Amino acid sequence: MKIHEYQAKEVFASYGLPVDTSIICRSVEDAIKAYNQLDSQKVIVKAQVHTGGRGKAGGVKLANGEVELRKHAAAILGMDIRGFTVDRILVGQAVNIEKEYYVSYVIDRNSKSTLLMLSREGGMDIEEVARTTPEKIHKFVIDPSVGIPDYLAREAAFKLFGDIEQVRQAASIFRKLYRLFVENDASLAEINPLVLTKEGSLMAIDAKMTFDDNALFRHPKIAGLKELTEEEKKEQNAREKGFSYVHLGGDIGCMVNGAGLAMATMDMIKLYGGDPANFLDIGGSSNPTKVIEAMKLLLNDKNVKVVLINIFGGITRCDDVASGLLEAFKQIRTDVPIVIRLTGTNEKEGRAMLQDTHFHVAETMGDATRMAVELTKQFQD
Amino acid sequence: MSILINKDTRLLVQGITGRDGGFHASKMKAYGTNVVAGTSPGKAGESVQDIPVFNTVRDAVKETGANTSVIFVPAPFAKDAMMEAADAGIGLIVCITEGVPTLDVVEAYRFIKSKGANLIGPNCPGLISPGKSMVGIMPTMIFREGGTGVISRSGTLTYEVVYNLTEQGMGQSTAVGVGGDPVVGLYYRELLEMFENDPDTDSIALIGEIGGDAEERAAEYIRAHVTKPVAVFIAGQQAPPGKQMGHAGAIISSGSGTAAEKIAAFEAVGIPVAKEPGQIPSLLKERI
Repeated sequence: MKIHEYQAKEVFASYGLPVDTSIICRSVEDAIKAYNQLDSQKVIVKAQVHTGGRGKAGGVKLANGEVELRKHAAAILGMDIRGFTVDRILVGQAVNIEKEYYVSYVIDRNSKSTLLMLSREGGMDIEEVARTTPEKIHKFVIDPSVGIPDYLAREAAFKLFGDIEQVRQAASIFRKLYRLFVENDASLAEINPLVLTKEGSLMAIDAKMTFDDNALFRHPKIAGLKELTEEEKKEQNAREKGFSYVHLGGDIGCMVNGAGLAMATMDMIKLYGGDPANFLDIGGSSNPTKVIEAMKLLLNDKNVKVVLINIFGGITRCDDVASGLLEAFKQIRTDVPIVIRLTGTNEKEGRAMLQDTHFHVAETMGDATRMAVELTKQFQD
Repeated sequence: MSILINKDTRLLVQGITGRDGGFHASKMKAYGTNVVAGTSPGKAGESVQDIPVFNTVRDAVKETGANTSVIFVPAPFAKDAMMEAADAGIGLIVCITEGVPTLDVVEAYRFIKSKGANLIGPNCPGLISPGKSMVGIMPTMIFREGGTGVISRSGTLTYEVVYNLTEQGMGQSTAVGVGGDPVVGLYYRELLEMFENDPDTDSIALIGEIGGDAEERAAEYIRAHVTKPVAVFIAGQQAPPGKQMGHAGAIISSGSGTAAEKIAAFEAVGIPVAKEPGQIPSLLKERI
């Protein structure tokens, strides 16, 4: 789960991390009020959206004086950045920057640990730095049973700074940021850039945090900051019913048990010349209620011309799955052709039960996919 | 032979008095797995399907000689269950539970390693050495004894591949579902090494998916260390970036972790990648 920069800065501040002074605004009037409070000739105006690339999109501007601020605030509010409409801007005191650095904690799959990542190449796209000059990124694997002791934080800080005063400031920031990361079950806590001001102090002028969805149950305050797009709301609704759903935009709706098989199904549709409408994993079992709910979800998408149901009957035998499907489709009215592919335990019995119905029954994934793709083509004619 | 589990496996079920724990304990037992004990704090003295229940893993190990554990407890308690098993001397810990916080796994994993034990999962279907032992929730009827080792990040997709293998007369030495989360225990490298060293494994099927770079690392490991034939399938070529595809770990982030990159990594070192799961058996047969 993502939160906005201004929200991340509030979390940072509560852990004693130095952040620039800034005020969140929802209108040009708010921005002018903020300007007067900030008491600084120059201010920075930043769009608050759940996507990167704000700067390139024109969502970050420096304003020198009230007139410029009014102009920038009006331009950025309501702006579209990669499909997100800006409804909030952060107005902050401009900082005198001497140099910019990069600092983050992330989960590293390979070492199965939290990783501290640092670079002197702050303010840049860090993935780009990692690709072109990986030697400019320093990594420290953190042992969860000891965390980041002072010596390790210092060792890390010496990678960025020579001056002991700055090393001490940085080490303190690294330790606080780690505590924040762990205590809130973050999956990313990033400062890019961490700046050294001309006055000699370190300060986070941007803050980015994402959180582990699996751990939100123990962080109700953070969970309360969740803001979903229309698309994400659909996914969330599906999740509440025990499904994983991702909209893809094609015309063959898929219903599959298991995430891996669901991904393989949409890949196969493409391979056979069709377009998958979605990814939908209905989970291990496939009882009638689930199938009904899943069909509602698929048929809600007006682009769907054919539905492909791909079920591997493992612990739930195929004959049970078949009777569940028959039961479910007594309650669903639709003209959309349905292709069903059933494989696994008792598959012959299962398929026989579906044979003389309006379903198109297939034996293999290949057959099922071919059928579904052909049916969409008939539809076009 | 097989890897990780066999006829000597003495299994403990943590969370045996829960609905899933009880159901799957009976399935595992019916398959012939030697299920020796269960745990559920406060329920010592009870039994589930004639399996004795203990309060603690330590008691269960002492009384029954359990050497492997399978965990069915709810996600908020999974870390504690994994650590309890490791602390009591269990050598192989298999965590089925889905939705375990990542930092819980990070912490438990370190602890398990420090005790010299191995972890499989979480968020996995477990593993099976056909004809010997099954630990987890796998549908045993589709498996046959044989020579193909199977490693997979997914559940039903594994069954799909295994089903095809069995249909083509290719049994399995051991099949392991490593789990779909970003951080899990044993992974490709360790399991490839075990299969390479297992005299009864003659070929290996590797089923990967989008997210992370473990497949790329596996390709490099196979090139350098694996002499047995390997065939691969990668799921998620149509996955849009930034979207989690069911599994918490199946996500393309910042443009990396794509299926295309993974397929290219295997092809670059001469390992065949199946276009559809059903091609795996023939790709292996050609090379055995």
